Amino acid sequence: MSDSIIGAGPKRIDGQRKVTGEAPYAADHHPDNMAYGYGIFSTIARGTVTGLELDAARQSPGVIDIFHHGHFPELHRSPASMPQGNKVEETRLPFEDNHVHYEGQFVALVVADTFENARAAARKVVVSYQADDNAIANLDQGVKAHGTKKGGDNHERGDAAGSFDGAAHSIDVTYTTPVETHNPMEMHASVASWEGDRLTIYESSQGVVQQRGALSKIFGIPQEHIRVESPFIGSGFGSKLWMWPHAVAASAAARETGRPVQLVVPREQMFTTTGHRPETRQRMRLATDDSGRLVSLRHESINTTSFTDQYVETCGSVTKSLYSCPNLLVSHETTQVNRGTPTSMRAPGAAPGLFALESAIDEMAHEAGVDPLEFRLNNYADRDESQDLDFSSNHIREATQKAAEQFGWHDRNPEIGSMREGHEIIGYGMAACNWEAIKRECEARVSLRADGTAHVTCATQDIGTGTYTIVAQTVSDITGLPLEKITVRLGDTSYPAGPVSGGSWTTATTLPAVAAATREAIEELKGYATSKKGDFADVDSDSLTFENGQLTHDGQGVDYVDVLKGQRLASADGHAHTQGADDRYSYRSFGAHFVEVRWDPGISNLRVSRVVSAIDVGRVINSMTARNQVEGAIVMGLGMAHFEATDYDARNARPVNNNYAEYVVPVHADQPPEVDVILLDYPDLEFNEFGARGIGEIGITGMAAAVANAVYHATGKRIRDLPIFKEKLMENVPEVQSA
Amino acid sequence: MREFNYARADSTRQAVSTHGRNDQAAYLAGGTTLLDLVKIDIMRPEQVVDINRLDLGGIETLDDGRVRIGALVTNTALARDERIQRDYAVLSEALLSGATTQLRNKATTAGNVMQRVRCPYFRDGVSSCNKREPGSGCAAIEGHNRSVHAVLGTSEHCIATHPSDMCVAMAAIGATITVEGPDGRREIDFLDFHLLPNDTPEREHNLKPGELITHVTLAAPLENSRSGYLKLRDRASYQFALASSAVIVTLDGDTIVEARVALGGVGTKPWRAFDAEKALKGQQISEATFKRAAEIALQGATPYAHNAFKIPLGQQAIVRNLTTLTA
Ligand SMILES: Cc1cc2nc3c(=O)[nH]c(=O)nc-3n(C[C@H](O)[C@H](O)[C@H](O)COP(=O)(O)OP(=O)(O)OC[C@H]3O[C@@H](n4cnc5c(N)ncnc54)[C@H](O)[C@@H]3O)c2cc1C
Ligand code: SF4
Repeated sequence: MSDSIIGAGPKRIDGQRKVTGEAPYAADHHPDNMAYGYGIFSTIARGTVTGLELDAARQSPGVIDIFHHGHFPELHRSPASMPQGNKVEETRLPFEDNHVHYEGQFVALVVADTFENARAAARKVVVSYQADDNAIANLDQGVKAHGTKKGGDNHERGDAAGSFDGAAHSIDVTYTTPVETHNPMEMHASVASWEGDRLTIYESSQGVVQQRGALSKIFGIPQEHIRVESPFIGSGFGSKLWMWPHAVAASAAARETGRPVQLVVPREQMFTTTGHRPETRQRMRLATDDSGRLVSLRHESINTTSFTDQYVETCGSVTKSLYSCPNLLVSHETTQVNRGTPTSMRAPGAAPGLFALESAIDEMAHEAGVDPLEFRLNNYADRDESQDLDFSSNHIREATQKAAEQFGWHDRNPEIGSMREGHEIIGYGMAACNWEAIKRECEARVSLRADGTAHVTCATQDIGTGTYTIVAQTVSDITGLPLEKITVRLGDTSYPAGPVSGGSWTTATTLPAVAAATREAIEELKGYATSKKGDFADVDSDSLTFENGQLTHDGQGVDYVDVLKGQRLASADGHAHTQGADDRYSYRSFGAHFVEVRWDPGISNLRVSRVVSAIDVGRVINSMTARNQVEGAIVMGLGMAHFEATDYDARNARPVNNNYAEYVVPVHADQPPEVDVILLDYPDLEFNEFGARGIGEIGITGMAAAVANAVYHATGKRIRDLPIFKEKLMENVPEVQSA
Repeated sequence: MREFNYARADSTRQAVSTHGRNDQAAYLAGGTTLLDLVKIDIMRPEQVVDINRLDLGGIETLDDGRVRIGALVTNTALARDERIQRDYAVLSEALLSGATTQLRNKATTAGNVMQRVRCPYFRDGVSSCNKREPGSGCAAIEGHNRSVHAVLGTSEHCIATHPSDMCVAMAAIGATITVEGPDGRREIDFLDFHLLPNDTPEREHNLKPGELITHVTLAAPLENSRSGYLKLRDRASYQFALASSAVIVTLDGDTIVEARVALGGVGTKPWRAFDAEKALKGQQISEATFKRAAEIALQGATPYAHNAFKIPLGQQAIVRNLTTLTA
């Protein structure tokens, strides 16, 4: 394998199409005779629909049909199994019955000839409800009303409770994180059309194969009759991993009306019916011995879930193995609230979990009188104690030390509020970051064509991260063809099955399959070349080599195009089916963030002014897109620390700030002037031939804690409840009696 | 979108007559408030009168030193105007702190004056809201009221802030609004233009039905003054003020000769703080003086469950702005 293109930083091969507007996103598809759907969404969070006045809407211009629980085809539920390939997060079907479980739930769907007509008619529908006054608006209310239910992924070793009592130093603190909403730029959208009993659906999806499986179960038709296409996605952050009710509604409406139907989820409903990161409450109990070694660690979390499904935010997933500790307990519980079903959001579990863990480690270090950097170096685990396995490759100490050095951690004056410049107080904070490395089953097909190009297909997706490009790099690396000669097609279930684009596993999963398929194609080509009529008729095919587009034997090279043309063949094809990761090792990625914040107490302004992160994700395939993932995740983490929260009205469980103006995410002006990403780039060859572990999520983990720890250093205030709004840091805020 | 009649006016007179006294009609300028609210079904005009062709796009200095701004001057053009940057820095800064470049390129001077509140309960079309549906109650008072709700000028019927930055600067500068309506032309003092909610929060301004704003005329600049706008918020751009201050001062050595102070993000209208100005006038510049003035400015403020921090934050906006301007 030549090193030239793997690890280089070529531009995205789909970049030009995207920036010129040529790349078709889901709602850019307009099949002939297409109609438009517009939803009517519940304005109560709990209760029943008791009536629908539809007359005015029916008479509204252009209306074709109006669907609701009394007028919707009978469908089936999906078993919602990822291994079976039909996972959905919300199993309840739209319009299944007249029950309302959350605000923003579909209660009706108008289909009309234009978008405007559909929306105008939708506004004329009058829905009456029997609202249940006991809508559960938040985690506290849920726990009070009906307690908690056990979630999965728990772990226990040693005696965490016993070793806590009487330990030299201990802390017992609780952290909370609010609901965060993914808010990708491109809203969820489906364009569904039927031909007989065959369904084609364009969807903004991170997982076309799973969506096909779910639709097959829901509509009771063979998978082969369904095609899901998602060639371009305006990001998803996890909200588009699994199909949501709108896609079922659009598909059913298209079948019933006999017309293709487009349904775009409005921005307000991106806050209700397409998932979110749930609210969490996490109790952390840590204890060390005299020397500051952890002797007990308990991470017990509760997250909110819907009344329709149990979603577990596995906050303690990292806690099990990041630090060495003989006595450890991780538990996950859920409580039901009247919100839509939560789902994975970038680094599910780890993002809120490491806010708690890495804040608590900081508090513990402080309590034990040890520098937080030293504390971590003293306590990092050298092997995965939760699985009793070695790590395949772990460079967290080097990452931590390198970033610390680059950041200038050692210049930190540990005294709180001691570092100042002008009006501002400077704080330094750090946190570790961590994410599991996952590799799944995958198929891919590669054709080496007689026109001198290569064509690659795989039903995974490029969600903006650069998958198209790294797939092309892989083929280029093996064949020597330049990137311009390689076409990559993804996001279509008519291609060989590929993975959901999530869990940071796309790189590790897809590239080995693409590489194997490329080699298969080369083998096929060698077969042609050594056949009777071939250019190397009497040569043993094993002694042929393939380099720079040529088959070579004994110094004699023939261009592969000529091999094919000589036999009037169109292409040499390879198909591969590769397997998921084995369990010989614990495969994880590691890293550390160092953050400088500046707090101006005179105007109560907090900003993140500097970030240095060192990340150990194995081999980097594309240095530009990889860096882009980490930088983007850092900024998202900064938003998590500082701004992001979906507010629900405690009286009725309705989301309040459901738009881009009031749901605050960082803008350009919030980018730290300096973001320095160090990619360690140690290939993890135990994991796959490329040594790559995936990079999409790790960057957000730990960021919120690093910011909070820096805030503590600057202000002496421990913010255990995200986001770190200025009022939490201000003095003299008058007390208000809550009404 | 509901259907509405659309008419494009070529003259002020035509605009006014097309609109008439019809309270279901609306003038369309940049559309960044109007179309936004039409799309979410909160404003439902039956007649839209597009005024973008009217000759109201100029900025001129009058003989008496005042500056007359046409209703259609965009926020970008006004902020970038040399006279404004030179003589009314506070206004230029306020404009540039608002919204985003794209919005400012569309937003007009009159439209900005007329922008509606950002209260989420007003915008959701469902909650009780006296502004949207008089007499239905105010969901914000006991609901979420952190960022776009006021502590000054609130009533038991409405607590939404007037969201404009530009208007805060204009309140400090002093201005008159010229309108043309079915009954002819008249002038309204800027400070009388926006109304406190009291028990009629649905009435936001002093326009009579059908009146069109043609100009906003700024008072002549205070000679030898310095001015600035300080906007405090969560993120660094593209957010309405949590608290902001517009300050204009003239100094004689270390003595404050004249001071004008207005506040944004904390009041139900652009908030001129006359008492704070009195407390500054004739005083030596000092942190203590600034703090006292700031306290006076926020005296009588009513905090709600989530926005109590706006009281100290509003004070900080004044103190820091004064400190910077007098340094
Ligand atoms: C996402 C977002 C963020 C924003 N952030 C900020 C911010 O940070 N700070 C800030 O100050 N503003 C902000 N704004 C508000 C923005 O400044 C206003 O929307 C804009 O100034 C309105 O001007 P326009 O010309 O687009 O008005 P239009 O939308 O055309 O009109 C607004 C209203 O004024 C009426 N009207 C228009 N012209 C006249 C006239 N000549 N006479 C009488 N009535 C008239 C219309 O009928 C309508 O009722 C934001 C807006 C949005 C959408
Ligand atoms: S604060 Fe005003 S705008 Fe908001 S709900 Fe109350 S009355 Fe309506």
